[in-house]
Amino acid sequence: MNKKFMTTVASGALIAAGLSGAANAEDLTLCWAAWDPANALVELSKDFEEKSGHNMSFEFVPWPNFADRMLNELNSGGQLCDLMIGDSQWIGGGAESGHYVKLNDFFEAEGITMDDFIPATVTGYSEWPKGSPNYWALPAFGDVVGWTYRKDWFEKPELQAEFKEKYGRDLGVPATLEELKDIAEFFQGREIDGNTVYGAAIYTERGSEGITMGVTNVLYNYGFQYENPDQPYDLEGYVNSEGAVEGLEFYKALYDVGTPPGSSNWYMGENIDAYKSGQVALQMNFAFIWPGVEADPNVGGGKSGYFPNPAGPAGQYAQLGGQGISVVSYSSKQDAALEYIKWFAQPEIQARWWELGGYSALKAVVEDPGFASSQPYAQTFLDSMAIVKDFWAEPAYADLLLAMQEKIHDYVIAGNGTAQEALDGLVEEWTIIFEDEGKI
Amino acid sequence: MTHAPMEKIARATPAPVARRIKGLSDRAIAWIFVAPSIFLLLAVNIFPLIWTIRLSFTNYRVNRPNRDVEWVGLRNYERILTDDGIWATMQATAHFLIWTIVLQVIIGFALAYLINKKFKGNDLWTTVIVLPMMLSPAVVGNFWTFLYQPQIGLFNYVIAFFTGADPASFSMIGDVNLAPWAIVIADTWMWTPFVMLICLAGLRSIPDSIYEAAECDRASKWRQFWTITIPMALPFLMLAVLFRGIENFKMFDLVVQLTGGGPGNTTTLTSIDLKREAFERWRTGYSSAYAVILFVTVFGLASIYVKALNKVKER
Repeated sequence: MNKKFMTTVASGALIAAGLSGAANAEDLTLCWAAWDPANALVELSKDFEEKSGHNMSFEFVPWPNFADRMLNELNSGGQLCDLMIGDSQWIGGGAESGHYVKLNDFFEAEGITMDDFIPATVTGYSEWPKGSPNYWALPAFGDVVGWTYRKDWFEKPELQAEFKEKYGRDLGVPATLEELKDIAEFFQGREIDGNTVYGAAIYTERGSEGITMGVTNVLYNYGFQYENPDQPYDLEGYVNSEGAVEGLEFYKALYDVGTPPGSSNWYMGENIDAYKSGQVALQMNFAFIWPGVEADPNVGGGKSGYFPNPAGPAGQYAQLGGQGISVVSYSSKQDAALEYIKWFAQPEIQARWWELGGYSALKAVVEDPGFASSQPYAQTFLDSMAIVKDFWAEPAYADLLLAMQEKIHDYVIAGNGTAQEALDGLVEEWTIIFEDEGKI
Repeated sequence: MTHAPMEKIARATPAPVARRIKGLSDRAIAWIFVAPSIFLLLAVNIFPLIWTIRLSFTNYRVNRPNRDVEWVGLRNYERILTDDGIWATMQATAHFLIWTIVLQVIIGFALAYLINKKFKGNDLWTTVIVLPMMLSPAVVGNFWTFLYQPQIGLFNYVIAFFTGADPASFSMIGDVNLAPWAIVIADTWMWTPFVMLICLAGLRSIPDSIYEAAECDRASKWRQFWTITIPMALPFLMLAVLFRGIENFKMFDLVVQLTGGGPGNTTTLTSIDLKREAFERWRTGYSSAYAVILFVTVFGLASIYVKALNKVKER
């Protein structure tokens, strides 16, 4: 009997058992980051517990330690997690090191098709190797970097007049990154309602992935490419192209002229705090924060607006965030874990997921005629998801990420060397990593 | 082959004990008692050390269990010792180590000297002073990030109050020149009380009779300080330096919380760098070599220092 047949039989047995009243109630543990969407998932999962009879436990780790903690767990073959909502860049390592269960046969048996999900999320969260129909996760949470701005400040007549006089255009949503920098500079150090405010909160964090997740939003739009599209792992002239150098210089300039003092190590949490406390006019952040912004008494209820990452000279792209949900291969409760994924993939559950604040990646949800107007940020989410690019998802992604964190932070925040030197150094380090990996 | 320590232990075993456990020699009984400790020492310290040394000559990566492990000889050591980045982290560590020890010893000794004087509220002040060392380093790192915030931080406001500068005009943890001092200040705030307590123990161990004899000889307070207090408290001071040196060489939590090793790599200490290599980049063989180099460095320096300490104590 082949493996495919066995999986089909097992899946058939699952269907026969039905989601309600499963014969063997299991205690399933789902591992994810500790953030607002995780709380929504706890709420959502009550329905699964009710219908399946399984008990759900959750292991949530704050973002700065999430990768450390969970990759340690996976690398040590730990059985803490039955289900893992791992970061998109882990997919290569998860697949090649055998941490995740391959889901193709399960999807086929259950009638789950990746055509039902936003293509970018399938590529970003599920496929390995990229572009091949090998699936290791179900897209669970669509996310992308976008911008939030203080609409109420932008609408102040005196500021509009001053801005128009200075820049010759209206103070509004920026169409380009250059315009965004002008706006950040315009607000920098300005007195508004008796407080000193600043331009933009951008990602600058050094320890985990912060500055990389920020700078790529500029680099992509200035012409940075991870590799030669025709020759994999050929980096020279792509990572450190003329456009990429300009983009990096732009990010440093934005940091120097338009960000709050002391924002040298900021990521998601710090940016949210700065924005909600009225310190900044703009913030760069993943879309997951938008429901929280809308609900905030200081900046919600129409005071904030949202826009996708503005275009640069080489196009308009945005850094992909988000995650897929995988079954951990070391789990002894894989059948129950697969049941959870089957339940989670249902359109009505995905619709409820969106209602609770989770960004569904299911087309049936996001392409619903009422979706774009269902929340003030829904259209921006859709527009942003259409322009995503992601970091390397290679098994060596952590090596690649750390090298980039170091080089970019050293230039942008510490001011050491030039942008060209930083990107040349990055090419050198990435080349060594790929050589060590036997890829070149 | 002699077994002097074992013989000594055996001889020290009371005769009634040996008589009660019939059929076992005194030496066997001694072995039974020390065997668990020796086993634990081997399992917890010696075996991992030997294993680490072995791994340091390979390209092993713990996150690639399926990949072939190759013997790379001294390549890892060569790469580490010729890496400018690692020398920069060594420099950052040396800066942190030297300045924290200097400041903590000076301030800690001064506080101990003051607390050693009898005055009203002495006990209360002692308790207040030692409070910082009772906190978790992660907590200390976290709240110093707030103290250093240019817009709301108390530290910046205090500096601004005395200098007239704009509090938002400088960032202790975001500036390449200030960040190394930011971590020195936070660590000094936290651990000076520890040095103070050790110094206080040293000061209180000096018999009053020596000072009384010096008074009879009409020695000035200044002379008493340099010829009695300092020499007699010196072994305690050296012990404090040893403890703080070892602790700060492996400093991690406070600095990670405070600066994350930045800006750039300005405050990336060796322990932070080693952790990144071992548990973020997963270069197990390489990081094992790194750990061995650090171990040899610390072990060598500590051995020289302990010899010096023993000489001072013998004086």
